Amino acid sequence: MNRGPFLFLGILATLAFSWVGLIVAGEIQLGHLAPYYDPNEGSVNPYKPAGQAAQGRLVYADLGCAACHTQQVRRPGFGADTERGWGARQSVARDYVYEPRVLLGALRTGPDLRNIGARQTSADWHLLHLYDPQLTSPGTIMPSFRFLFHYRKTEAGQTSPRALKLPADYARQHGLDRPGYELVPTPRAEALVAYLLSLQDTYVYPEARPYTPPKAAAEAK
Amino acid sequence: MASTSSSVASLPLPAAGAEARAEASALDASTRAPVLVFFLSGLAWLLAATVLALITSFKLHTPGFLDGAAWLTYGRVQPAALNALVYGWSTNAALAVAFWLMARLSRAPLRCGGALLVAACFWNLGVTLGVIGILAGDSTAAPWLEMPPYATPLLFVAYALIAVWALDTFRSRRPGPVYVSQWYLLAALFCFPWLYSIAQIMVVFDPARGVVQALVNWWYVNNLMTLWFMPLGLAAAYYFIPKVLGKPIHSYYLSTLGFWSLLIFGSWAGPHYLIGGPLPAWLISAGVAASMLLLIPVVVTAINLHLTLLGSFRALRSSPTLRFVVFGGMNFTLACLLGTLVSVRSVSEVTHFTHFAEARVLQGLYGFFAMVMFGAAYYVLPRLLLKEWPSAVLIRLHFWAAALGATLYWVALSVGGWIQGQEMNQAATPFLEVVQHTLPWLFAGSIAWILLAIGHLALAVNVVWMLFAPRPAGATEPTLFPPPAGAPGMVHR
Repeated sequence: MNRGPFLFLGILATLAFSWVGLIVAGEIQLGHLAPYYDPNEGSVNPYKPAGQAAQGRLVYADLGCAACHTQQVRRPGFGADTERGWGARQSVARDYVYEPRVLLGALRTGPDLRNIGARQTSADWHLLHLYDPQLTSPGTIMPSFRFLFHYRKTEAGQTSPRALKLPADYARQHGLDRPGYELVPTPRAEALVAYLLSLQDTYVYPEARPYTPPKAAAEAK
Repeated sequence: MASTSSSVASLPLPAAGAEARAEASALDASTRAPVLVFFLSGLAWLLAATVLALITSFKLHTPGFLDGAAWLTYGRVQPAALNALVYGWSTNAALAVAFWLMARLSRAPLRCGGALLVAACFWNLGVTLGVIGILAGDSTAAPWLEMPPYATPLLFVAYALIAVWALDTFRSRRPGPVYVSQWYLLAALFCFPWLYSIAQIMVVFDPARGVVQALVNWWYVNNLMTLWFMPLGLAAAYYFIPKVLGKPIHSYYLSTLGFWSLLIFGSWAGPHYLIGGPLPAWLISAGVAASMLLLIPVVVTAINLHLTLLGSFRALRSSPTLRFVVFGGMNFTLACLLGTLVSVRSVSEVTHFTHFAEARVLQGLYGFFAMVMFGAAYYVLPRLLLKEWPSAVLIRLHFWAAALGATLYWVALSVGGWIQGQEMNQAATPFLEVVQHTLPWLFAGSIAWILLAIGHLALAVNVVWMLFAPRPAGATEPTLFPPPAGAPGMVHR
C-alpha cells in the first residue's frame, strides 16, 4: 500500500468494476428497450407524448414537482400502491422508454402521480388544485401555484372558457369576485395540466400484466 | 503529536521538535491561501444553504410560507438547498481539508497555489450559477444533479486544476510509508471526476434511455457518498483522531481492510435506492447485497477508530477538534448501519419514499461529514492564520447546537418517516391523514434546522473574529474547552 501506482490501479479497477457491472450491464439490458407492438390491438405502447403534454413535462421538472411526488408504482404486495389506486399494475422499465427525463422521484410527501391522468380526469379539478390545493384537498401541505395564473380583466366583457370556476364563497373571501375580472391559467399551467392528464399507464405489456395474488386467482376459478 | 513508533500505521510526521514544527509550519504556509479561500467560500455556502434549508423546512409544515413566487416554491428551494450544501459547503470544505492533509502527509509543499485560487473561483462561480439556475427554473430535475448544464462545465475546469495539484503534491511526497488518510484522499480525488462525468453525460448531456437514467443517477448519488464524502471524511478522521491523541492508529490491517471493502462494496450499493422501482430484480439485488456487505468496512472502521480512542476519552472534554470528529465518526457508523437497514427489502417497503430516507441522507452528509469538517477546521485554521480561536464559548455553542440539531433532525424525521411509511402501506388510511400525522415531526425538523443555524452563526462569528483579530506577538495557548488540568500530551486543539 505504499506504492502510488498500486493504489491508483486498485482504485481504478474498483471503480471500473462497478461501472461495468451496474451501468454498462444495465445499459446493455435496458438501453435499447423498444416500445411494445400489440398484434391483437394493432397498437404500439408507450406512445411518445407530444405537444402541450411534452411542454408540461418541462414545467413539472422546473417547478421541482418530483421533490414530493414519485412516478413509479410498486408491485402489489410490496407497499399499498395498487390498493391506494395509484395504478392497476406495477411500473416497468418499458413505461419510460420515451421520457427524455425520467422523473421517478424518491419521496412521497404527496401521492404517486404515475397514473394521475387516469385518476383525476378533469382539467378543471387540476387547475383548481394547482391554484389552491386546499380547495380540492383540505389539509394538504402542497403549496399553492397561483403564480401560474392571471387575474385579469375579461376581454370585451366575454368570460374566457378557460377561466377558473372558483366556489363563490372562496372567490368572495379572496377578493377574486370583482365583476368584469376573471382568473385564467397561464400557458404554463395549461401545459402542466395537459402533462398530468397524459400520465396514465393503462396499457399492458406481457411483462406487466395486472397482478392477481395466487389466492384470489384460485378463488376466481 | 505523532507516535515515535516506526509502525506504518502511525502518522509520518516525527515527534515534536523545533525542526519538525518548523517543517510543519512551512507546509501549512504553502497551503494557506488555497485552503483559506476554499474553506471561507464553503462557510459562505453553508450559511446560504442554511437559509434555503430553513425555508424548505418551514414550507413543509406551513405551505403558505413564501408561496407567492415561482423561484421560492418548495420544488425549487429544496434542490437549491441540497446543491448549496453538497457542492457549495461540503465540497469546498472537503477540498480545503484535502489540500492541507495532502501537503502535511506527503511532507511536500503545495506548489503554485495561484492555480488553485483560479480553481476556487471557477468552482464557486459554477455553483453560484447552478443554484441561481435552479431557483430560476432551469433545473434538470435529476436528483443531486439539478444544476443546469450551463453551470457544470465550470465545475469541470475547476476540478481539473484541483486534481492536478493534489496529485502533484502526492507525487512529490517524501519517500516513506503512505498513510491511510492518503489512500482515502487519492481514492476520493480520483473517483470524483469519473463519477461526475459519467453522471453528467448519461443523465444530462446525452441522456440514456428510460430508467437507465435513474440507475446512473442513483449510482452517482450513492457513490458520491461512498467514494467522495466518506473517504474524505474518513481521511480527516484517520488523521485528526491519532494526531490530537498523540498515538498511532489501532491497526494497520484493519485500515487496509476497511479501505478496500468500502471502495468495492460502496461502489456497488447504488441500486438499493431503487428498491421496488421499475428495474430488473438482479440490479436491485446486486445493490442490496453490496449494501449488506458495506457492514464490513463500517464495522471495521468503527472498531479501528474506537480502539484508537479507547483510554483517551478524557481528551473529548478539552479538544474541540476531537469532539467534532468523534461525533462525526459515530454518525458515520450510525448512518451506514441505517443504510444497510433500509436496503433490507421488508424495511425498505416501509421507509422508502418517506422522510426516513431524507433523515438518513442528512445524517451522512451533516451528522458525519460536516461535523468532521468542522473538527478539521478547528485544528487547521489556527495553524494557517497563526492565531488562536477567539472564543471557546462560541466553539462550545457551535458543537452543542450542531450535535443537538443533527440528532433531533435525524430522530424526528426517522420516527415521523417510519409512521408515515407504516400508514402509507395501509390503504385504509386516507392519504391526507397520513400527511397530517407527519406534521409534528416536520415541525421538529424545523426546530432542528434553527439549532443548526445557531451553530453555523457561532462558527461564522468565530471565524470572522479570528480573521480580523490582531496576531499575537509571542507563543500562544490553544483554545480548549476547560483548561486541561495537566492532561499529559494534550497540546493540540
